[in-house]
Amino acid sequence: MNRYRLILLLLLVFCFAIAAKLEPRQQAWMGTRRDNTLALLMGDSRRMFANHFYTKADVYFHGGYYPSIFDKPMEEEKGHLEHASKGTHVCDHDHDHESDPNHEHLHEEAKKKVNGSFLGSTPDWIDAFGRNFYPSKHIHLSARDEREMLPWLRMTAEMDPKKVEVYTVASYTLRKHLGKTDEAEAFLRQGLRNNPESYEILFELGRIKAEDRKDAQSARKLWEVALDKWDQQQAQSLEPDSFVRSQILGSLARLEEEQGNYQRAIACFEEILKMNPHRTSVLDRIQELRDLQREASK
Amino acid sequence: MNNVLALSSVVIKELCRRKDFYVLFVLTALITLMLGSVNFFNDDRIARFMKEACLLLIWISSLVIAITTTARQIPAERENRTIFPLLAKPVSRGELVGGKFLGCWVASGICLLVFYLFFIVVSGSREQVWQISNYLQAMWLHWVFLAVVISMVLMGSIIFAAPSSNSTICFVTVVGILLLGRHLNKVAVSLPEPSSTILSVVYFIIPHLEFYDLRDLIIHNLGLVPWGAWALATLYGAAYTAFFLLGTWLLFRQKSLA
Repeated sequence: MNRYRLILLLLLVFCFAIAAKLEPRQQAWMGTRRDNTLALLMGDSRRMFANHFYTKADVYFHGGYYPSIFDKPMEEEKGHLEHASKGTHVCDHDHDHESDPNHEHLHEEAKKKVNGSFLGSTPDWIDAFGRNFYPSKHIHLSARDEREMLPWLRMTAEMDPKKVEVYTVASYTLRKHLGKTDEAEAFLRQGLRNNPESYEILFELGRIKAEDRKDAQSARKLWEVALDKWDQQQAQSLEPDSFVRSQILGSLARLEEEQGNYQRAIACFEEILKMNPHRTSVLDRIQELRDLQREASK
Repeated sequence: MNNVLALSSVVIKELCRRKDFYVLFVLTALITLMLGSVNFFNDDRIARFMKEACLLLIWISSLVIAITTTARQIPAERENRTIFPLLAKPVSRGELVGGKFLGCWVASGICLLVFYLFFIVVSGSREQVWQISNYLQAMWLHWVFLAVVISMVLMGSIIFAAPSSNSTICFVTVVGILLLGRHLNKVAVSLPEPSSTILSVVYFIIPHLEFYDLRDLIIHNLGLVPWGAWALATLYGAAYTAFFLLGTWLLFRQKSLA
């Protein structure tokens, strides 16, 4: 009996020794992949799930009113969440429209087209009756309820860390509607680690610094870096993302104005004017700033 | 009527003895509580994500319980040869079908009640909103849905040879109707003739089980279904249940048990 116990003990010691020997090797073999088990297990199929989860966030944003693959798509509502994050989305929440005075009108037009659009008229009694049992009216989440999109956005980021809009949308919701500035900043920084070249994330980080932290110096630096990144990536592009650039410049101009740097503010507005020469509101702002500059120099 | 009640009580006792419900309930509860404990941006009032997962699990579990329980009722009686003494007593074939249906439906209702109680407690404690009328409407329509499914499976158990094939075919049919039923007319429009007409006929013939799925309304807190529509959906379900039960009885009457 003692002999068997001894064998058992020896086996245990042997196993322990082998484990101690193999463990460092296994750690070394895992390399950088040990930080991301999902990537290891799922590979590129994660992106498919990421798209699904991002769509789910949009479904939640519309309170379940969303076209299936059999319905006509809501074309005007494409990129709805991004609009929300960029502050260009018009509905029942508060956000700025300084960057595009015609925006509200455009959105209202889009809204008219969308209301009841993908469902259309009722072709038969089954369809008409069935509409009592699923969301059949176009609504948007109220500001406080936008928290319900967050799990889907978080999971999208886990599945596809390169999907930049997820970070900006989540950050906007957290910061503007839920008052969670710290969480918004942490999530954006996570996004920036995964997408170091993203001018959108840098712009959003700058907004946190300017609007929530009241740290003009950091905001200016972030927006200047964002402009540099934009120039590196978009300047030569056939269809440059000029909307984000005008947003960055507009924010930078307002910051400089607040700081009394009128010349810099004017320079930013002139940059916006180069992209869109017909914007009379920008021309007016430049004139106002020149007047202010003149008064200050007297 | 006493025979029907006696037969149904046997089915209910059978469900209590089997472990299907307990396993599915524990799984549903575990997964829901696990999802509820996940921290998203330090916000403990996020609920809809968890509600969606919980309701999906409840629907899957109830469907599995209803189909598997019903599918084996008549074949098991025939296999064990207990159907002969049962019918030798003054129990008609109609009463047997009625008793089996009632037993399976009430048993599924008891399971639903437990599932929905759990759901109400979990979602209510999370959201701090108790929309009892909405939950009751959803549970009732879910139960009516199960009545249609159970009667359909009962009819399948007379037509198909084995419970496994019956379960599989019914499961595919029900899930197919839930996912595609609402859209068949849209697909039909884009098809050439005669496929278009055939699909349109199918669209009008099939029981539209998607009427009974109020999950989206519950998840997004969209208020009550108009009571008139709720009552009509109940009638619609009752009509299909009666149709399938009558069909089962007619087929069972002609079926040789030897």
